[in-house]
Amino acid sequence: MSYSFLQHYWCFVVALLGAILVFLLFVQGANSVAGSLGYTQEGRRLVYNSTGRKWEFTFTTLVTFGGAFFASYPLFYSTSFGGAYWLWMIILFTFVVQAVSYEFQNKIGNFLGPKTFQFCLTLNGILGPLLLGGAVATFFEGSNFIVEKENLINGASLTPVISHWANASHGLDALLNPWVLVFGFAVVFLARTLGILYVMNNVDDEDIRSRGSVRLLGAAVPFVILFVAYLVHLLLKDGFAYDPATGVIFMEPLKYLHNLLDMWYLAVLLLIGVVLVLYGIGKTIISKNYIGGIWPAGIGTVLTVLALLLCSAWNNTAYYPSTADLQSSLTMQNSCSSEFTLRTMFYVSLLVPFVLAYIVYAWRAIDAKKITKEEIEKAEHVY
Amino acid sequence: MVTITSIISLLQASLPEQGGELLNAVDWARAQFALTAIYHWLFVPLTLGLGLIMSIMETKYYRTGSEFWRRTTQFWQRLFGINFAMGIATGIILEFEFGTNWSNYSWFVGDIFGAPLAVEGIVAFFMESTFVAVMYFGWDKVSKGFHLASTWLTWIGATISAWWILVANSWMQYPVGCEFNPDTMRNEMTSFFDVALSPFAIDKFCHTVISSWIIGAVFVAAVSAWYLLKKREAERELALKSLRIGAIVGLIASIGAAITGDESAYKVAEVQPMKLAAMEALYNGGTDQSLTALAWVNPFKQPNYAEEEEAPLRIAIPNGLSILATRSLHGFVPGVNDILKGYTREDGTVELSAREKMTRGLLAIAALQNYRRDAADEKAFLAGEAPDLNFKERKEQQLAILKDNIQYLGYGFIKDEAELVPFIPINFWAFRIMVGLGTLFILYFAFLIFLQWRKKEVASMKWLLWLSIILLPCAYICSESGWLVAEFGRQPWTIQDMLPVNASVSDISSSAVATTFWLFLILFTTMLAVEISIMLKQIKKGEPFPVTSQEGE
Repeated sequence: MSYSFLQHYWCFVVALLGAILVFLLFVQGANSVAGSLGYTQEGRRLVYNSTGRKWEFTFTTLVTFGGAFFASYPLFYSTSFGGAYWLWMIILFTFVVQAVSYEFQNKIGNFLGPKTFQFCLTLNGILGPLLLGGAVATFFEGSNFIVEKENLINGASLTPVISHWANASHGLDALLNPWVLVFGFAVVFLARTLGILYVMNNVDDEDIRSRGSVRLLGAAVPFVILFVAYLVHLLLKDGFAYDPATGVIFMEPLKYLHNLLDMWYLAVLLLIGVVLVLYGIGKTIISKNYIGGIWPAGIGTVLTVLALLLCSAWNNTAYYPSTADLQSSLTMQNSCSSEFTLRTMFYVSLLVPFVLAYIVYAWRAIDAKKITKEEIEKAEHVY
Repeated sequence: MVTITSIISLLQASLPEQGGELLNAVDWARAQFALTAIYHWLFVPLTLGLGLIMSIMETKYYRTGSEFWRRTTQFWQRLFGINFAMGIATGIILEFEFGTNWSNYSWFVGDIFGAPLAVEGIVAFFMESTFVAVMYFGWDKVSKGFHLASTWLTWIGATISAWWILVANSWMQYPVGCEFNPDTMRNEMTSFFDVALSPFAIDKFCHTVISSWIIGAVFVAAVSAWYLLKKREAERELALKSLRIGAIVGLIASIGAAITGDESAYKVAEVQPMKLAAMEALYNGGTDQSLTALAWVNPFKQPNYAEEEEAPLRIAIPNGLSILATRSLHGFVPGVNDILKGYTREDGTVELSAREKMTRGLLAIAALQNYRRDAADEKAFLAGEAPDLNFKERKEQQLAILKDNIQYLGYGFIKDEAELVPFIPINFWAFRIMVGLGTLFILYFAFLIFLQWRKKEVASMKWLLWLSIILLPCAYICSESGWLVAEFGRQPWTIQDMLPVNASVSDISSSAVATTFWLFLILFTTMLAVEISIMLKQIKKGEPFPVTSQEGE
């Protein structure tokens, strides 16, 4: 295993975790439409109890995504989290309030009332995907930072910090870029689409399923429009390329289109992913009895996001580009951990299939029977 | 619980003057991390402790098939669930704060520090979150055996998670298995096993996890005592039987915590002598050192250690500290002034004075600057843009200087040797509170078991029931005190002797960090208030059993 292989491998692992995270944002998506999807108090409770059995997977994947990124690309962790401070803090804030909302909302003794926590779930349901999507968009659009490692030992510098954000907004400036917003809202509507598909599959309730088909159209149409718009923009835009011989980063016209052509297998992955998402949505809208749309759409989401994330980093591309100082841009090569650490973590990552196996086993065990109103009334643990 | 405002005032008192600014960005970053960690640690030990106890209860249900044990397990699992959510909510912030508030740190040691966090996610978090879902929702959906396994796996997952976090924290206290790379400007891992199985980490894990069981045991005892005090007949059997399990777990845990705590102190003496000196308010060390039981150390003011011989009104156990720190009656234990002035260890190793270490730190920084300048010039030469000025030899010369002084690199960021002395009062008092309460728990649980062994009527001993309730906040104070010693005692270092806090932070203004600090303070406090309210209501609601037909074991 060469250093280069390990860098590519860990990029793949982090991208896969990111792709699975985007799929699992169906929890947020469903929560953001719980009011209209559930309609009645009883119906809303069904929706929350349905997503309530999965939210920890989303949360855990987010934490593992962070941990894996830290271990394999510490300079990204240092630069992005320490620089885009406000962006990440708002994301964290919404996930923190979400984490307690399920457990607290309907418990006796909740003096803030269930609506407070349902509002928190809605807030997280919109802001979580929007800002995470926005953060991903900066992988293509660039961010305003400067990395200067000499600062650490330069006695003349005010603070010995190696990475700085080039303006005072600390990450919020990304939201001024319309393309970041287009991608962010595409993720919001994707999460909503997946959320509706998931609830239709997981909850055995005719009202919710019939409402779901209608709401699905309202989420899927804006998603498709925004996603296609961003995809076209991405394929036509200049990209941040990296010269492996000199380490110099430069702008290359149509870089991401070139990446997909050079790495045809990613293009195939992207195509299959998009087709599966559209199939999942289309069949659910057309066929009255079809409730399995979450599976093709979910798998399609993972494949699509995986292809996009790998397109931002493989094939000599700067995956976290700096618009303030091009040469500060982060590449797999200049931001990764040492070969020793990547190799050690490679062996740890071999446990992942085992982890996935027990997740699937446990998930099937508790999901074998769909959630019903009767179950919510009688169950030992309900939200 | 130690209040947040007192933490801030202690933090302020623990720092040298900041040029008129009340708290600078470093202090706010520390305060924010302390706030998050203190809140997080309110929930984690109960997860670890109550998780063990409810797993034991469910095992009883599995073995006996008794409806009583099933409902008793479910009752405690309900309380576990309320607490668990808060632990998750506060935990996510900690991981990401390394990046948001300590970005230099994240790069400087991310090659080593990131690995345990990633392993924790892959190995422990998924186990916890998967099986906790089966535990909550799997009753009547999965077999009894699978459900029992899920309950145990939830607890095992939480414990493995604690292992990796404590490995990471121990590495900050005692950095091993790494080497500085001047080309990448960071420390890089050289041995994963040295990091993962560091003796310091093993001790810390054992002490922290075992002491967490005390909180679970005291919690169970306190809730049970409340039912008995209120004469809630419907929960009487639940209370008595839970109290019995709690007492056994509590006694094992409190004795275990004392043994592992002693070993931890021994390790601290070996690798963090300044922390031990601060814990003991030992200004001037020597051989045959006595262990301070009590002394007057002003809790809000750094003592004048340079001038004072020892803390006033001192009551001490002869030779106690020498035994604790060196396992010998006559062992030499250095005090604050010895460490600052330099001393010779018992094995003959000479520890340099603070001033000498700071000088060598500056030498290391200068050598690193020169090395990197020469490396850049060499790169230009290789590209044909500059003449050759014998860069290779010059780089080797600088590397040799760097290698000789690399262990003091962190000292190059220290401006004044007073910075090297942690805030003594908080270390001194927190250590005494931890040890004092820890001893009290041994006596309390031993007495509970004695009463049960002699078949005494615990339910009628009102004073004991009240004591059980009063001990609950004491258990939290005890546990948090341990962390205060561990973290305040390491100051000014983020990584002991390697990187001080002022070179670890992010480039974020103090007002921005202060804003997030207050936001999180308001958020966590509100969430805690709701949690306590829900918990109390759940306890009050109880798990009423038919009074006349209670089933037993």
